[in-house]
This record gives sequence, structure tokens and C-alpha cells, in this order.
Amino acid sequence: MVDFPLLSLVTFLPLVGAVFILVIRGDQEIVARNARNVALWTTLINFVLSLLLWINFDKTTAEFQFVEQASWLSDAISYKVGVDGISMLFIILTTFLMPIAILASWESVKTRVKEYMVAFLVMETTMIGVFSALDFVVFYLFFEGGLIPMFLIIGVWGGKNRVYATFKFFLYTLLGSVLMLLAIIVMFSKTGTTDIPTLIDTVFDPGLQKWLWIAFFASFAVKIPMWPLHTWLPDAHVEAPTAGSVLLAAVLLKMGAYGFLRFSIPMLPDATAFFTPFVFALSAVAIVYASLVALMQTDMKKLVAYSSVAHMGFVTIGIFTFTTQGVQGGLIQMLSHGLVSGALFLTVGIIYDRTHSRAIADYGGLVHRMPMYAFAFMIFTLANVGLPGTSGFVGEFLILVGIFQVNTWIALVATSGIVLSAAYGLWLYRRVIFGVLEKAELRNIMDLSKREIAVLAPLIAAIIFFGIYPAPLLDVMAVSVENLLDQHTASLEATRAIMLAGQ
Amino acid sequence: MPTAPVPDLIPAIPEIWVGASALALLLYGVFRGNKHTREVAWLSVLVMAVAAVLMFAVQDGRQVTFSGAFVTDDFAVFAKSLILLGSAVALIISQGYIRNEKMERFEFPILILLATLGMMMMVSANDLLALYMGVELQSLALYVLAAFKRDSLRSTESGLKYFVLGALSSGILLYGLSLIYGFSGTTNFETLAALYSGPAAESPSIGLIIGLVFLIAGLAFKVSAVPFHMWTPDVYEGTATPVTAFLALAPKVAAMALFARVMVAPFIGLLDDWQDVIIVISMASMVFGAFAAIRQTNIKRLMAYSSIGHMGFALVGLAAGTEKGLQGVLIYLSIYLVMNIGAFAAILTMRVKGTMVESIDDLAGLSRTSPMMALGIAIFMFSLAGIPPLAGFFGKFYVFIAAVEADLMVLAIVGVLASVVGAFYYVRIVKIMYFDEPAEPFERPIGREMSAILTGSGILTLLFFIYPAPLVGWAQTAAAALVP
Repeated sequence: MVDFPLLSLVTFLPLVGAVFILVIRGDQEIVARNARNVALWTTLINFVLSLLLWINFDKTTAEFQFVEQASWLSDAISYKVGVDGISMLFIILTTFLMPIAILASWESVKTRVKEYMVAFLVMETTMIGVFSALDFVVFYLFFEGGLIPMFLIIGVWGGKNRVYATFKFFLYTLLGSVLMLLAIIVMFSKTGTTDIPTLIDTVFDPGLQKWLWIAFFASFAVKIPMWPLHTWLPDAHVEAPTAGSVLLAAVLLKMGAYGFLRFSIPMLPDATAFFTPFVFALSAVAIVYASLVALMQTDMKKLVAYSSVAHMGFVTIGIFTFTTQGVQGGLIQMLSHGLVSGALFLTVGIIYDRTHSRAIADYGGLVHRMPMYAFAFMIFTLANVGLPGTSGFVGEFLILVGIFQVNTWIALVATSGIVLSAAYGLWLYRRVIFGVLEKAELRNIMDLSKREIAVLAPLIAAIIFFGIYPAPLLDVMAVSVENLLDQHTASLEATRAIMLAGQ
Repeated sequence: MPTAPVPDLIPAIPEIWVGASALALLLYGVFRGNKHTREVAWLSVLVMAVAAVLMFAVQDGRQVTFSGAFVTDDFAVFAKSLILLGSAVALIISQGYIRNEKMERFEFPILILLATLGMMMMVSANDLLALYMGVELQSLALYVLAAFKRDSLRSTESGLKYFVLGALSSGILLYGLSLIYGFSGTTNFETLAALYSGPAAESPSIGLIIGLVFLIAGLAFKVSAVPFHMWTPDVYEGTATPVTAFLALAPKVAAMALFARVMVAPFIGLLDDWQDVIIVISMASMVFGAFAAIRQTNIKRLMAYSSIGHMGFALVGLAAGTEKGLQGVLIYLSIYLVMNIGAFAAILTMRVKGTMVESIDDLAGLSRTSPMMALGIAIFMFSLAGIPPLAGFFGKFYVFIAAVEADLMVLAIVGVLASVVGAFYYVRIVKIMYFDEPAEPFERPIGREMSAILTGSGILTLLFFIYPAPLVGWAQTAAAALVP
């Protein structure tokens, strides 16, 4: 198993599927059907393969595993991939959600099915690549490369205002990313390498660290997104097709937080310490502000989008506590939010497919016609609120434990965010599901089809399973998180020692 | 009377071959007439291919001949490979157009051949006079080419415009050269290098610096860098599309390579004096190219602003003035060439009901009327915008590495921000092709050689990232040949 390039296989298998789809010829109907099938099977096989990563993962070491290296641009810049306890779970999350996303678009996407499936498969490769890259240039390639398929997904298959939304998404993200590229180049020119593990061990000058940190922040904060750089998100999420919103919320947003964990914190510890209050402040504002905005939304997708901003605020708070609980909580929250927000977009998508309306006011009383749907929606809403027994609770609880040790005021604000999330979540649920079914167009609405059950069931199972028994996740990340925190403290002390010696 | 010894002709064999062949083909054309244009064109392509073979055959490190006026080295070989490739491809993709637009005259390929000869001499110049000769041979051929569609008012107008402004720039260039000669007493690059760098470096007189600035201004004109870019959009738009394609390909590469050589080989010691000038024109080109292209509706005009911007990015590498920087310039030029070959080949297929169209809106919905073509253009546009993993990203990556290593942070920051603005208008084309409702479909089929070139450049642009090492390594060798 050691020499087998499993990680690269998982990364690039979707591309193989995409090429297959591209060469399909023939009648439009047949092409569409074959494209769907190839995409589904590719993503399913890829999910199974990625589970091999989990099974063979060594939980006792913080070293990178499944490492592959091949010469590429030059001796200093090589193709290097590998995973540790932090990144591995995101790969699983991606591969888990992909078949669901494909299945969710089975009937709702009718035009240009072939291109749609190709775009999604390319997207999967870039997402997995981001989490497995151990070379900065490789990372950047995947990080930015993902913009192209997502740009097309939103722009071609999106809603009414899709062109505006996709341009905003594209340019915002690109603007942040190019500054990160400069930071990468600066690091390269200082050290002569773009190897991520080497750079983690490198100590950068504290003055330079701050500039580099800002450049990284520009990229990751847009991606997460942190208030006030979040404005692209409601537009993009709302206009994207359902499966596009799922990937955006579930995986793309995580890239930003992952970037903080992988790069900013271990490589730039002094700057991170310096900017921590700043991150706390932005996150706290994000939680309260986004929750309040979510409360006032009339569009369901927009509500879920703002709730994502609020939840990602929790994640950044957790990560920047530098406590074991906080960082683990942040990671769990990311994974959980990946499942929950994805699931919420899917549930919104299901009724949108039936009525072509996302307005909350157009619904009400759905429980009478759609009991199964009401049940699924309830699970997801409660998980979004963070009810004990769902995965959302584990993350939020650990984050709050972490932040209480560091800063009680921030903890206070964050806790109020949970109350607010209950307010907008449950209120949405009440308005859509309960009440009297009086709208004429809802009289004949159908409950979940078998396909939709197949889409939602794995999500419900995962959310409840990891809510009751999060140990499999925590075990995988424990050693890596400890190592990250040790490194962080050690390098902080190292620079202090250098500064003292210099005086 | 003592006669001068015959110079060593071996290093110049490719140029001699191209020159002699051009004259032979001219005779052939005169005797056989315009009906045989196609033969002359393909023979010209053959001539260029043979020239490339000859060039690699006689390549042997650094060789200087013609009393030190002519040099071949790895740098020249690299640049000439690009020039020959660009010219040959431009000639091939123009075939369909000149046939359809009744421009089938045998002078067309011969003028391209002569321009190519001028360009080859430019990048091999080792003397200010050789430089000027190369530039003029190239320019004169290009002036005629720009006005080649002589029944079209726009084409003749753009030819005239190009000639007047080009002559002005040549004048500026010549004035700069004479100032440099006047204040240094030599025109030879090696002698100049010995004067102004190394242990016995003289501090340059103000007159020499002024001459240098004039030289830069003249060359900036040829590469169409801001503020000497004014001719570019008008000429690109007005002239026949194959000529636009040709103008955007080989001459840009040649002028930039010459720019790099003349700045670095003789004047590297004066880096502190010229660096700021290059930085300013580089920044101005990147920013202006990006912003001015936003409002364009004509694809040829858009490509003109795009090329202004791209030359700005290439100049970033030159501004660094280091071996890394030159390597970046060469990588940038190679990738620029391939992307633009594809983009212009695609533009040349924009025909609706027997007439060429050149509005961006004519591309609307292309992804539905001809998906492969749309995919190709999308690849070129994303690549021109510098989005990874496409080839265009690597060009930018290498010049920015050089800029950062030379401590030109401001230049690098302005550059990446300009690339974001630039991304907007490239991506807008993708938007029009993929998101908008289909317009009138283009005429199909496009012909075998066109599809081959589009496919080839598309695949190179898309898959460059898999194995970039050969180009990167070759560019490094070539750059090392220039920096002492």
C-alpha cells in the first residue's frame, strides 16, 4: 500500500471521469443520461477509494502520510502531496458530498448536462487537490484553478442574477488570491523552496510575517468569508444551482479556514498572535451581524447563506483560541457545517425544484403534504442550531469551551450567536413547514422521491452519528492538532529568544 | 588596396538562407503570378522550417561575426525559435483569409519572410547599427503588410498611421543611438559593456543617459508599451486580421527580446539608471492595458489592449535586470506566443455568411453553436488572464518571482492587481460565449490546418502545467547567455 499513489488517484480520478464524459457522442438524451451515470459512478468510486485513506490512516503520528513527490517545475518546486489529521477529513468530506451533489442535480439540471458534469468533476479534483497539496505552488494551482469550474457552474446553470453573482465571486476571490501568490513568492525568494513542511519549520522575520499574514488573510478571509469581505457569498450562493451552493458552502468556504490552519498559524506564529484580537473582533461581528441579517431574509437560500457566514465566524474563533478544544471544535464545526449547510441547500433545492420559488412567504404548511421532507428539514435545522445529539453541537460546544479559556467577552458574544441561530433557524422552519397549507400551488406538492431520500439519508445519518459519537473524527485530528499547537508555541518562543538575544 | 577579410558566415547561415530564399521566392512569384500565392506561402513556411533546422545545426555557444556586429548565442536561438514559429503559424492561419478576401497576392508571404529576416537580425544584433538595420528591415516590411488590403480604406489608413508613427519612433531610436555613440565613442555592445560595467566602469555622462532614454522610448514604441502605445489599437483594428495576428505574434517577441538584449548586454552596469524607466512603463502598460480593454467591443481592439498589458508583464521581468528576470521574460514570451496563436486563429474563423465579423458580441452563445471552439477560446482567455493551471499563469509567476527577488515589491503588487482587472475583460468573453443566447453561428468547417493549429495551441496552453520543466530549463540557459 505504501508505494501506491492513492492520494493522487483520488485527486485525479474525477478528471478521468470528466474526459470520459467529454468523449461521449450521440443523441442529446443519451449523452445526458450517460454523463450523469459516469459522473455518479466516478464520484462513488472516488468516495470508496478515499475511505481507504481513512482506513489506512495512522492516527498516532502528526507526520504527513501518503506522501508523494515528483519533480515538476524545478528542484525547489515539486509536485508534493500528503495528508495529516487536519486535511484528511476534508478530503473525505469532499468525496462524500460529491455523489450527493451529482444525484441532487439528476433531474433539476436539464440543459447542457455533459458540461455540467464535467465542471463538477473538475471541481472535485481541485477541491481535493487543495487539501492534499504539500507544495505551495501546487496548492495555489488547485486553489485558483477551482475558480474556473465554479465560475461556469454559477454562470451557466445559475438563477436570474447569475452573471453578476459569478463575476463578483470570481473577481473577489481572484483579488484575494493574487495577494497570496505574492506572499508565496516572497516566501520562495527568502527560503528558496515552496515545500510546505519545510516552510512550517522556517522562522520568518516578525516584521515580514505581518505583511505575509495580511496577504494570506486577504485570500482566506474572502474565501471563508469573514465580515466585511462576505458580500460575494449571499449572491453566489443564491444564484448558484443547488449542487453548486452545496459545494460552495460545504467545501469551498472551508478552504479559507484550512488555509489559516495550514499556513498562517504554523508558518507565521508571531503575526498570528499579533492579529488574533483582530480576527476575534471580526468573527464576533460576523456572528451577530450575519445572524441578525439572516433573521430578516425573505429568501431561503439567502438565509442559509448568511447563517453560513455566522457559523464560519465560530470556526475562526475556535481556530484562533490556540487551545486543543478550540481548534478541534473549529475543525468539527467545519466538517459539521459542511454536512449541515450542504443539507440545508439541498432541502431548499428540493422545494425549489417543485415550485420554482425560494421566497419564504410562498410556503407554509408543508408538513401536511410532505411529512418526510418536514422530518429531514427538522433534523438539519436542529443541527444548524447546534442541538445536542447532532454534529453541530459538538463543534460549537468545543469552540465555546476553548474561547471561554481565552476571552470571556468574545465567548459571551459567540454564545449569543447560538441563541440567534436558533431564532432564525426555527422561525424559518415554522414559516415553511407549519401553519395552514393555504397556497393553491402547494396543494398538490409531492413528498420526497426515492432519489431525494437517497440524497438526504446519508447526510442525516452522518449528522446524527457524529453528533452522538464524534470520536472517530476527534481521534484522527487529535495528534495533528496537538502538534500544530506545540509548533505554534515553540516557534513563538523561538522568535522571542531571537529577539531577546538581539537586544 | 588591402581588402577586408571575408567574415565568418557560418553563424549567420539561417539569416542568409532566409534572405536568399525570400529573393528567390520573389522571382518565382513574379514569373508565376498571383495564382501561385498558395505555393509561395507554403514554400515560405518551408523556408522558415529549414531556417530553424539550420539554426540548431550551426548553434555552438556564443559566436560573434561581422566584426562584432552579429552574435548568435542561446538567447538568440531561443528568441529566433519563437519568431520562426510565430511567423510560420501566422502565415498558415492567414491562408483562408487572404483567399476569401481577395488578398491573394504573392508578395504577402514574401513580406512576412522579409519581416522575419529583420526580426532574426534584431535579436542577433551585437551593435547599435546592426540593431537599427534589423529594426528597419522588419518595420518596412510591416508597414507594407499593414496596408496590404489596399481596397480597404481602414487598412490603408492603419498602414499609413503605422508608417508615420513607426517612422517617428525609428527617428527617436536613431537619435538615441547617435547620442550613445557620441558620448561613448562606440556602437559595439561588448565595448559598451566593458565601458560601463565591471571593475573599470566609467560613470556615464548625462548625454549617454539621455541617449539611453531615447533608445528605450524607441523600443517601447516597437513593443507598444505605454506611453508609446497609441498606434496599437488603431492599427490592430484597421488592418486585415491575419496581419493583426502576425503583428501580435513574432514582432512583439522580437522587439521584446531585442529590448532585453540591448538593455542587459551593453548596459547592465547602468541598471540603476534605466531600471526606474522600465518600471514606470511596465506599470503603466499593465494598468492601462487592463483598464482600457474593459470597454472594448471589437475583438481585435481588445487584443491590442491585451497585448499592451502583456508587454507590461514581460517588462516586469526586464525591470528586474537579473538572469531570473530574463528567464521570466523568455518564458512569458513563449507562453504569450502560444496563447495568442490560438486566440488569433480563433478570431480568424469568425465568419458569418461570407464576411468576417469582429465584434465581441458575435461570439455570443458560441458554446452551443460550436462547443469545441468555445472551449478553445475559453482556455485561451483564462490563460491570458493568468488563471492557473493554464500556461499563462506560469508566465506571470516567473516574472513576479524575478521582481520580488529584485526587491521590486511595488511593481509586483501593481502587476498582480492589474492582472485581476485584466481578468475581468478576458472572463467577459467567456461569459458571452457561455452565458448569453446564441448569435448567428460561424461558418464551418474551418479547414484542417486551422483546426490543427487551434487544437495544438489549446492543448499546449491547457496541459503546459504537466511538464513545464523543458521550457523553464531552456529559458534559463538562454537567459544565462545574456547575463555576464
